[in-house]
Amino acid sequence: MDFLGEHAPDLLPGSRPLPQFQGAIEAPHGTTIVATSFQGGVVLAGDRRATMGNVIAQRDIEKVFPADEYSAVGIAGTAGLAVEMVKLFQLELEHFEKVEGAQLSLEGKANRLSTMIRGNLGMAMQGLAVVPLFAGWDVDRAKGRIFSYDVTGGRSEEHGYASTGSGSVFARSALKKLYRDDFTEHQAATAVIQALYDAADDDSATGGPDMGRRIYPIVTVITDEGFKRFTDAEVAEIARAVYERRLEEPDGPRAALL
Amino acid sequence: MSTPFYVSPQQAMADRAEYARKGIARGRSVVVLQYIDGVVFVAENPSRALHKVSEIYDRIAFAAVGKYNEFENLRIGGVRYADLRGYTYDREDVTARGLANVYAQTLGTIFSSAAEKPYEVELIVAEVGEAPEDDQIYRLPHDGSIVDEHGSVAVGGNADQISSYLDQRHRDGMTLGEALKLAVDSLSRDNNGGERTLTAEQLEVATLDRTRPQQRKFKRILGGQLSRLLDESAGADESAADASGDADGTADSAAPDATKDASDGTKKEQKPKDDA
Repeated sequence: MDFLGEHAPDLLPGSRPLPQFQGAIEAPHGTTIVATSFQGGVVLAGDRRATMGNVIAQRDIEKVFPADEYSAVGIAGTAGLAVEMVKLFQLELEHFEKVEGAQLSLEGKANRLSTMIRGNLGMAMQGLAVVPLFAGWDVDRAKGRIFSYDVTGGRSEEHGYASTGSGSVFARSALKKLYRDDFTEHQAATAVIQALYDAADDDSATGGPDMGRRIYPIVTVITDEGFKRFTDAEVAEIARAVYERRLEEPDGPRAALL
Repeated sequence: MSTPFYVSPQQAMADRAEYARKGIARGRSVVVLQYIDGVVFVAENPSRALHKVSEIYDRIAFAAVGKYNEFENLRIGGVRYADLRGYTYDREDVTARGLANVYAQTLGTIFSSAAEKPYEVELIVAEVGEAPEDDQIYRLPHDGSIVDEHGSVAVGGNADQISSYLDQRHRDGMTLGEALKLAVDSLSRDNNGGERTLTAEQLEVATLDRTRPQQRKFKRILGGQLSRLLDESAGADESAADASGDADGTADSAAPDATKDASDGTKKEQKPKDDA
């Protein structure tokens, strides 16, 4: 990124002059991302909706990307800027790995993402914020870790579960009640789909599983074997099971009162 | 102010070429071979930290002999070129041909600029394609020329001997084990026809494997896996020697390829000699 800054500064998102503009710019926004850890890894998932004001801009946007072999990033906020940020982030991790011959530590990756978000602060103040969720397998500590961010690039490590985006409040509440620290991979995937279902239930900008069009959330998992994305068939099976149960109990699984 | 001695341009270039070639010849060799699933790089390199073979981009890798600081410089330049190009346009738009051209320009400029000493390096840039016919291997000698190679190529100390050894024995559609064995055999022959034994610890091996599901096809073959492959191919060799009747049969069928490769090799070998 430093090299890019010297060599081709016009390619860096942060260094472009901002147009003078009053009020909010209408651009597609991505919405809810959730993550939860389980024994032996971490699951990161996102819904498929992008909204522009009250309009659904895209039904099948993809907002969860592999950052490298052992980490993934899910983005909420202005879709165009976020996708570019992820592209640059992926490039930087890969570039570091090739030049130095070793991967960055998970902390190093998380810090780097933090700097990139801070670089976007000017845009964020004009309503074009990008707020990602970063999850990965820490090779040195042998565990899955989740990092959340705010618009100023502030970074905090989350334990257990985290969410970001417009539906994040609802998704987090759902995960809070569902989370167990002895989840298996499949249970963790089910929990994030439940959480996204709840977010879509209460937040108009979050899309639930679209049974008619067969558009399901993107679910990715990172373990010591690296990054893996659930196939559409695998997600469809879980989403259908969740949906079938919700036909009987629309509010989803009930937690014990005491 | 005294007038400098007149040195003819031919003499100056010949001196520079001689200088670079001597520097390259001091180092150990690297061989690159095509096998059925891609391209394998084998280098004699006892160091675990200083690599002679490295990844440049998704389908492209780089191997070099000569002075470490000089080719490391070129390698980082290549990674930057590839990453910048891939980010600006698309990952598909990064090709070995483009990269080899950039290297040729750089090496050529340095070679003919009077102010700098020529780089004492020889590079190989290889790209793995969808099928063996689409694989590309380019050899870049110290003076900035490009040689398009097929099948097998060697650079470094004993390059001429090793290439002719490889050209005679390399054939299309070798497995990884066979190609690795051939590469190790060729590297373990020394100048005066004697043989040394190269162990897994002395070798740096990497492949560009088209069957890898990941986007990045480059993979180092390390420690345990390498010893296993070497043992396997050694074992296969012994059993092949026992069943000599079968081995003759396969050798005959492979012969036309081998002679074709050999004639290609000798034709190409003449180019660098002309420069001298």
